[in-house]
Amino acid sequence: MSPESAPILSVSKLVKRFGGFYALDGLSFHVSSGEILGLVGPNGSGKTTAINVISGLYAPDGGEVVLEGASIGGVASHKLVHRGINRTFQVPKPFLSLTVRQNVEVALAYGGAASAPALADLLDEYRLAEVADRPAADLNNAQQKMLDLVRALATRPRLLLLDELAAGLNPAELDWIAERIKTLAQSGIAIIVVEHLMGFIEHITDRVIVLNAGKEIFDGKLAVAVKVPQVIEVFLGGEHAA
Amino acid sequence: MPNALKHTLFIALPVLVIFAVLPGVYQNHLLLFNFVIFLILAQGVNIIYGFTGYLPFGYVGFFGAGAYGFAVVVMHLHAPGVPAVLAAGVAGVVVGLLLTPLLRLSGAYFAIANLAASLAVLHLIANPALESITRGPYGVSLSATFNPTSAYAAGLVVLALTLGAVVYLKNSRFGLALQAVREDAVSASMAGVNVVRMRVIAWLVSALVAGLAGGVYAWYVSVFYPDNVFSGDFSIFAIVFALFGGVASITGPIVGVIILYGIYNLIGFTTPQYFQLIYGLLIMGLVLFLPAGLVSLATRRGWHVP
Ligand SMILES: Nc1ncnc2c1ncn2[C@@H]1O[C@H](COP(=O)(O)OP(=O)(O)O)[C@@H](O)[C@H]1O
Ligand SMILES: [Mg+2]
Repeated sequence: MSPESAPILSVSKLVKRFGGFYALDGLSFHVSSGEILGLVGPNGSGKTTAINVISGLYAPDGGEVVLEGASIGGVASHKLVHRGINRTFQVPKPFLSLTVRQNVEVALAYGGAASAPALADLLDEYRLAEVADRPAADLNNAQQKMLDLVRALATRPRLLLLDELAAGLNPAELDWIAERIKTLAQSGIAIIVVEHLMGFIEHITDRVIVLNAGKEIFDGKLAVAVKVPQVIEVFLGGEHAA
Repeated sequence: MPNALKHTLFIALPVLVIFAVLPGVYQNHLLLFNFVIFLILAQGVNIIYGFTGYLPFGYVGFFGAGAYGFAVVVMHLHAPGVPAVLAAGVAGVVVGLLLTPLLRLSGAYFAIANLAASLAVLHLIANPALESITRGPYGVSLSATFNPTSAYAAGLVVLALTLGAVVYLKNSRFGLALQAVREDAVSASMAGVNVVRMRVIAWLVSALVAGLAGGVYAWYVSVFYPDNVFSGDFSIFAIVFALFGGVASITGPIVGVIILYGIYNLIGFTTPQYFQLIYGLLIMGLVLFLPAGLVSLATRRGWHVP
């Protein structure tokens, strides 16, 4: 599963400030097609901010985001979607008053996928078929997260950013979603997974980046990371990272 | 039968036929005309508020600009009624284009800025310095085009176009994408929707609708002052009617206008002394107990109301 190809995404010296506060402070990493990269770090270390910058929600204040050789820093989100990036949200963001089906239809119609996946299959695969005609507001949190994922998949991403998708799932659901994520990677999608559950990260990722205060402090296998003193200190020294 | 056709045949067409036939059997043509105008304006509010979530407190700005667009081409270019109504539509769209920066605001900020913008348009047009163009505060008298029958017919055409636009929004991917933007702009962009472009298009369509309505109104009344066609009542009524019936639907604003404007005229004629009180209480009750409008009574029971 460890890919040899050139990275689909590389991020270098990325900076994102909020006022005088550096949420990202020179972050660099890369990810390749078919790879599952874990992005871990304590709360507030900048994981979501990194995803927000890569997916075009925020323009970076410094550094570069390069997708397949082209610089995409500051490019509008919908254009990045058409260029193959999509994501889920830590707090899921469905179109609440639209039905589950309509939620996905928007992405199928506007996502720019050359050959859009079949709506029924997507809903089936992510256990949303039974609620297809209910408003998204009726779904529980886990279902709303799956809807976020299905909306992303409807645009046929080649780079998929998952922000705490597994948080709040029960053990059986965790195993299930882990398999789904692995299958997606095997189909060639590069996946960045932000998650606090170390067992889950260990199980699905090829490699992890450990973030602290907007900086990368480790890049490699999770099994190695947990033996690095600096990493241990970040996780145990500060506030508890769930 | 596709839904769009159903909605056209069973909602839009009956409304148009009824208002085409009524002048033959009911004497108060001005009242019928006002119904047509409010049907257009309430649907125009529906397009921008129901489908994108922007509450246009200054909606009358487009309407007044349309009325003056009509007047200016009639007075200075001696245009006949129909081309002058088209000019009114253009005037509405031009004001809409000038105000597109407002779409960066959200919620109450947008509503207030839009209100302020409509007052700015009013004061520009009513400025005595522009007397040679707009007649400033002194009002216009358009005897050359005076023809209430044609103006009423033009009103029906504009209503037909407006209903057609709403039927399209209700049944197209475009309308669905607009609603997605209204629900969550960030998520809509992650669905690949160009949020800014969608908002601008909806905004300009609703400006066009109000501009055309203003032109038709100017044609019908033929004598008016800036304060008449920029009266905040137009915005408030159109918004209240649309909300009362229920936005993001085709029937909601229609039901809202028929019931509320109907009651408005009934109470106004029979017990004018209680009018403000009854009307105010009615609206308050609705906002409190039926915030999603009358159609939500049916939707809650699981009936689908287009
Ligand atoms: N829009 C924002 N405005 C101001 N500060 C922000 C914003 N987004 C994130 N931050 C701050 O940036 C830091 C990193 O946040 P975030 O990326 O959400 O962390 P993580 O996802 O790793 O928990 C936090 O201190 C957070 O408060
Ligand atoms: Mg986060």
